[in-house]
Amino acid sequence: MEGIVSYGAYVPRYRILPEEIGRVWGADGKSMGKGLMINQKSVPSPDEDTVTIATEAARYMMARVPEVSSADIGAVYIGSESHPYAVKPSSAIVAAAIGATPDMTAVDMEFACKAGTAGIQAGLAMVKAGYAKYAVAIGADTSQGAPGDALEYSAAAGGAAYLLGSENVIAQVNKTLSFTTDTSDFWRREGMMYPVHGGRFSGAPAYFRHVSTAAKNLMKAMGTEPADYNYAVFHQPNGKFPTRVAAQLGFQPEQIECGLLTPNIGNCYSGAVPLGLAHVLDHAKPGDRILVTSYGSGAGSDAFDITVTDAIKDYKRQNAPVLDDILSRTVVIDYATYAKYKNTIKMPEE
Amino acid sequence: MAMVVAREWREIPGKYNLEGTKCGCCGKIFFPARTFCPYCRRSSAGKMEAHRLSGKGEVFSFSIVHDNSGFNDRMMPYAVVMVKDDDGVMIEGQLVDVDFDKIEIGMRVRAMLRKLDEDGEAGVIHYGYKFVPEY
Amino acid sequence: MREVAIIGAGSTKFGELWGTSFRDLGIEAGAKALADAGLSGEEIDAVYVGNFASGSFIKQQNLDALVADYTGMATRNVPAVRTEAGGASGGVAFRQGVMAVASGMADRVIVGGAEKMTDLDDDRVGQILNACLDAEWEAGMGVTLTSIYAMIARRLMADGIATREEIASCAVNSHFHGARNPEAEYRKEIKLDTVLRAGPTCDPLTMFDGAPFSDGASAVILCPLEDARKITDKYVKVSAVAQASDTLAFFQRDSFTSFGATAAAAKEAYKLAHIEAKDIDVAEVHDVQTVGGVLALQDMGLYAKGEAGKAFLEGQTHFDADKVAINTSGGLKAKGNPVGATGVSQIAELYMQLTGTAGDRQVKDAKYGAAQSVGGTGSSVTVSILEAI
Repeated sequence: MEGIVSYGAYVPRYRILPEEIGRVWGADGKSMGKGLMINQKSVPSPDEDTVTIATEAARYMMARVPEVSSADIGAVYIGSESHPYAVKPSSAIVAAAIGATPDMTAVDMEFACKAGTAGIQAGLAMVKAGYAKYAVAIGADTSQGAPGDALEYSAAAGGAAYLLGSENVIAQVNKTLSFTTDTSDFWRREGMMYPVHGGRFSGAPAYFRHVSTAAKNLMKAMGTEPADYNYAVFHQPNGKFPTRVAAQLGFQPEQIECGLLTPNIGNCYSGAVPLGLAHVLDHAKPGDRILVTSYGSGAGSDAFDITVTDAIKDYKRQNAPVLDDILSRTVVIDYATYAKYKNTIKMPEE
Repeated sequence: MAMVVAREWREIPGKYNLEGTKCGCCGKIFFPARTFCPYCRRSSAGKMEAHRLSGKGEVFSFSIVHDNSGFNDRMMPYAVVMVKDDDGVMIEGQLVDVDFDKIEIGMRVRAMLRKLDEDGEAGVIHYGYKFVPEY
Repeated sequence: MREVAIIGAGSTKFGELWGTSFRDLGIEAGAKALADAGLSGEEIDAVYVGNFASGSFIKQQNLDALVADYTGMATRNVPAVRTEAGGASGGVAFRQGVMAVASGMADRVIVGGAEKMTDLDDDRVGQILNACLDAEWEAGMGVTLTSIYAMIARRLMADGIATREEIASCAVNSHFHGARNPEAEYRKEIKLDTVLRAGPTCDPLTMFDGAPFSDGASAVILCPLEDARKITDKYVKVSAVAQASDTLAFFQRDSFTSFGATAAAAKEAYKLAHIEAKDIDVAEVHDVQTVGGVLALQDMGLYAKGEAGKAFLEGQTHFDADKVAINTSGGLKAKGNPVGATGVSQIAELYMQLTGTAGDRQVKDAKYGAAQSVGGTGSSVTVSILEAI
């Protein structure tokens, strides 16, 4: 059966704390962070963007399967809200960087925060159809949040890459389905630097409706219930939403803990669910069953039912850093450094 | 508009993946790629094979750049290193994601793709290798 | 081949010459050199000019034509040649001029070097200087000229070849002499502490380890040695002009604590001049960064590896120390660094030393002088030897 052959995840090194952001804007950052369940968020170095993050994750992914030839990759999909170019595919750059070009297809995807999982679905379909031996799906972002806005406390950077195939899968995808409507809860117009959100409207009719419907539909289709899963990963714009939706659906806190990274790294948008799943795979054992449900504003959710296979025992995970390593090497910066790194300081014309 | 697109494009194998060449006659490895071996000269013509460096190695020397104005503005100050790749080849580049006071000769590093520069807000972005501490 | 002599030399002031254009610089240095030789422009039959980057600094290429035109050579259709070899542009121009006279192709040659740098801001000047590196695999990766010298310095220190204090002393020596040279940009002695405590450029080097960005020009007049005495009684013999190449990128070298091209050019020069390193009385070396001075002394064989830095620190390099005097002009550091002019300016200084006209910094009884001019990080180097007659 089709599934995940390998994966890799990467999060930049720098962190900023909510109280530091609040200090600058005269807000109670500490309680803001507490309410959102965000202790800190990741910040990309000035020389990092979605392409470099996606490349690093994809290289970790390839390092763990030295037997896979990059020439056998038939498709590279990158889902992101922060592709460095409005026109020119990030996916082609990353494909070149991992040696997958030229006999393949590549495309950039965008569906707010679920473009990463949309890429996984598309990649699985390519493999299942026999159009590609392997497909790569990456969710990565250097998320935007306007200075002073609530989003600034959460918008973070990171990503994860998945090698999809039908042989030697370490985790098979039993089923995937989606739930999609036209709901304007969060958007960014062409040419605008920062996204706009509908405030509390992004809650019940948007995130909660789509995530819970997709998850329920999947469990119904599979004949499963929450207790059948060892892990559940939900989209995590903050710590609060996934915790609440999990409780509503009947999942226990232990089931979502491993796949919930946002409290420590912030909201990595398209990278959020792929990162959460990567952290689960860092710890998973054969037979573990995982429910994954992403969310993208606009709005839709992709849900996956995944079973970890025996192949994970021989999987060379140690060939690349795991998230617990990556997330332990961090440097907290102040807001001035953050502003410099995020390019919000007006620099002289060259 | 800066016209460096072709120049950028033709160096992609070296810039992204440290692809150099190996002389088919004497076995010497060169980075960047050369079309003939400066030691074997004409007899190496047509015998230079692509050879990708490991991208891992150790710091041979380093400096912290404070004065290269007009380049890397938001990275200032930044570290540069000479790295002896595990293939035995020396390379120069930046060392990022590192505390300056922790840099020392002999330190293990590896190559990573980063943004080197960009041609203003509208031009192309130059991607290429930089080094980060290995762990 | 004919033996060649220098019969005159002249330089502009080096420094921030806001009111002076590139054209003015070239004219002034050339006119001074001609006057010094007692020749008129009518007699010149070839012009060589060293220049690093006029195309970038003042957006002027075809510089040979400009120089020929504004020095009055174009009215007689005298050929002019511009040479570029990074920091060695002037040294290479001198070698080409000597070759022209030695070969018999020309009888009266003017060799100039000139650079106008201050028409651009420091940021851009720095970037242009970095173009003398491997533009793709060094400068394009964020590595700068100064940072490579800094990495050499760190290696010299790590390998026990020179201490930080010894390296910094090269600048102290240059300023010691600059204070005694009326044409120098910086005429003030400095203390070692000043170098060590100045703001960092590329750690461990500071602002005071590096030569400035300057405007300026220098020129010398060449003729066959056999003609020299008929023209003037103030002339010196050109005993050797040697040049050597090395890899463009520093990281591709065999050694990272020496410049192989300096050693090769020096060896060739001593052979041509039938002398040894110990015969040199006065030397002008390329101290674009202090560490360059240390490398020069060891690579030219003037001091053993590990001894060059000490020589600077202990003042053995002073004009009156009775050893080989180093950078009596003030070097690139204190006399100034108009890149294309420096190689010729070094020759002009040696000419003064060997004709006994160096004033307050005169080296007593100087017989042999050597000049080392470096392009890039030692990718092209000239070593010339002059002999007092």
